[in-house]
Amino acid sequence: MKLKDFFDGAMKGLPIALGYIPVSFSFGMLAVQAGIPVSAAIAISMTNLTSAGQFAGMNLISAGAGLTEIGMTTLVINLRYSLMSFALSQKIEKMPFIKRMLVSFGITDEIFTVSSIEQRKLSFSFMMGLIAIPYIGWALGTILGALTNNILPEPLVSALGITLYAMFIAIFIPAAKQNKSVSAVLIFAVLLSCIFYYGVKELSSGWATIITAVAASAFGAFFFPKKEDEMN
Amino acid sequence: MIALSIMVMAAVTYIIRAVPLCFFKHEIKSRRIKSFLYYMPYAVLGAMTFPAIFYSTDSVLSASLGMAAALIPAYFNKGLMPAAISAAAVAFLTGLIF
Repeated sequence: MKLKDFFDGAMKGLPIALGYIPVSFSFGMLAVQAGIPVSAAIAISMTNLTSAGQFAGMNLISAGAGLTEIGMTTLVINLRYSLMSFALSQKIEKMPFIKRMLVSFGITDEIFTVSSIEQRKLSFSFMMGLIAIPYIGWALGTILGALTNNILPEPLVSALGITLYAMFIAIFIPAAKQNKSVSAVLIFAVLLSCIFYYGVKELSSGWATIITAVAASAFGAFFFPKKEDEMN
Repeated sequence: MIALSIMVMAAVTYIIRAVPLCFFKHEIKSRRIKSFLYYMPYAVLGAMTFPAIFYSTDSVLSASLGMAAALIPAYFNKGLMPAAISAAAVAFLTGLIF
């Protein structure tokens, strides 16, 4: 482990963890309200580390759904991670299989985007720092939500719901400012996402994200292919 | 039964995440594909933020003002934490007033 890299990753993971706490807090709260035992709610968070996928799974469990339905729903909602995993395969340093297996566990929307805007190859230590802190935040939020069940005042929980999105804005605005092609890709993605959200309600959020991500990235790659030295 | 359901969720999610990263070791040379991968995080961010941000709090009004409060520190490259805190603070205050 390179300690410096680990701490660099951990510092960059801190705002992610902060954003995770209110989300996992509501997860813990809702899971217990839905009749899921406290220990099971915590186990879901600690083994899944996803937001939408967990919420859907939790609803299915409390509705008494079968394993096939739970598995398929999880697959559809989380399939976007394989796209991110593929992108990260090009971004990480050479590392042994076991380390790749560990890094894989931590691929979330937030950890993926924060790591992929790094202007260098990603080391194992950096990734462990970047994963560990949000993981702790995710677990901690769930534990608090499941145990205290609504001890935080409702207006506060509601306001905290915006933190993850504010973080996303803080990632893409500086990049868009610097780079016209990034702005174009962003605008394309936002428009498409709004069209799906308001216009094609049958499409699940998992598929909408996948289609939008692929279409907008392809749009960028086709119209604004990057030169070698602009990427990394 | 719950334990089994959780195991299924965890296994499916892990396999989705691990297969490409663990087994794809080849370095891509194509400029198009590299560009595609370069743009992907931004495409993902755009898709996840809008329109979802408007429904992230109790009311569209507090979410919109919170978003505006995030845009300012973001524009001046202040990093993730200031944007997150100011958005939540403004959304909270708006929620109290209205």
